[in-house]
Amino acid sequence: MCLGIPGEVIEISPDHPDLAKVDVSGVKRLINIGLLADDPPKPGEWVLIHVGFALSKIDEAEAAAAMQFLEGIGQAYEDEIAALRDSMID
Amino acid sequence: MRFVDEFRDADKAHALAAKITALCEPGRQYKFMEVCGGHTHTIYKHGLEDYLPEAINLVHGPGCPVCVIPMGRVDDAMALASDPNVIMTSFGDMMRVPGSQGSFFDAKAAGTDIRMVYSPLDSLKIARQNPERQVVFMAIGFETTAPSTAMTMLRAKAEGLKNFSIFCNHVTIIPAMKAILDSPDLRLDGFIGPGHVSTVIGCRPFEFVARDYGKPVVVAGFEPLDILQSIYMLMVQLSEGRSEVENQYSRVVPWDGNVVALKAIAQTMELRPYFEWRGLGFISHSALRVREEYAEMDAERLFSVPGVRVADPKACQCGEVLKGVLKPWECKVFGTACTPETPIGTCMVSPEGACAAYYNYGRMNRHRVAETTSAAAGSASAGSAPAGSAGRS
Repeated sequence: MCLGIPGEVIEISPDHPDLAKVDVSGVKRLINIGLLADDPPKPGEWVLIHVGFALSKIDEAEAAAAMQFLEGIGQAYEDEIAALRDSMID
Repeated sequence: MRFVDEFRDADKAHALAAKITALCEPGRQYKFMEVCGGHTHTIYKHGLEDYLPEAINLVHGPGCPVCVIPMGRVDDAMALASDPNVIMTSFGDMMRVPGSQGSFFDAKAAGTDIRMVYSPLDSLKIARQNPERQVVFMAIGFETTAPSTAMTMLRAKAEGLKNFSIFCNHVTIIPAMKAILDSPDLRLDGFIGPGHVSTVIGCRPFEFVARDYGKPVVVAGFEPLDILQSIYMLMVQLSEGRSEVENQYSRVVPWDGNVVALKAIAQTMELRPYFEWRGLGFISHSALRVREEYAEMDAERLFSVPGVRVADPKACQCGEVLKGVLKPWECKVFGTACTPETPIGTCMVSPEGACAAYYNYGRMNRHRVAETTSAAAGSASAGSAPAGSAGRS
């Protein structure tokens, strides 16, 4: 659960500006971007996601490095992606 | 070796290791604590200790959220969950943490309504779908996770949701670091500071370590090279007689943290006078509880919680491991009675726990790895037995 996983912002929810659809390893889900209200991410930008919330903006190189690291850790990352897939944030 | 296979920058790693070695004073031993369980995971996944000179000792800290939850709080959560009007929601990591009567998974198998969620926000949907029942979120974690709980509470309040509450077990890292610094058991030379916690709290809260205790702190990222770089930065400070807070992970961690997140926590939660940590005992002002203004979302006010203190199993030495006094393999039950499949202690539960990290990567002890490596290096088939090849990963 303590993992920070990188996701690319696809779109900001039209109904709820605190929510954004992100792509994490091909899994597309809504997350909350309220913690970045001072400098909200735009589509195409990358964020570090923790338990359904974007914690910080990161650049693409950092995202790629973080993803490579996460894919290397195996089960813990698979569990995290499986949990994200089951999430129901709306 | 694994490190070479997986990392393009193995040359950089060797170069950093050489620079670290060059800074070691002859005959001196250095002890650095990596506070965060994510760092522990990186260190053992990539066998970083094998790259460092013998004089550098990495000590694993208490920064694994599920590892520090005391048994009594698990039992309290079970008591809450056993109320037929309650739906308990929990992160997956928490599901296997043993209380005195088993884990959430055991209770779920026996029919208790405990549901695994990815995010505290998932609990809101469950609450909307079950208006006749109270949904209690098992809130755990350090400052990385507390803002998510806080934002979820703010959202529930804005929606006027009446059947969502939290069982608050959020803890704060600074008092735990202070407790470790004040402990006579352990003399540290510096800290590898937590990366994700610092995205929220920033670097300033660590300044007391440098100022009052004269120990350097370097906030670090999670790549193997980040950690080696951070150890190098610690060594440079020591060699120059400095003790400062430095930010190796500035590409992600702002010096002042995340102000929105800190405000959300402050709005919904306040410090408890004291809280019990597994292995560390009671620490003053080391955890958060729900503010009076949000009393209707505080499961501890809504329900009668037993609040009984439960001693850890006698065989379990998680406390010593969490304080960095014992290495995981020095615990009597490590890898025998206590494994990730049947954990006795919390350090074996989470992949971020020091014991699980050691176990999963075949680090039964440092000597064995060193012997394996030197034996391999000395044989004709040098390199055929890479360090940690007994790993189960």
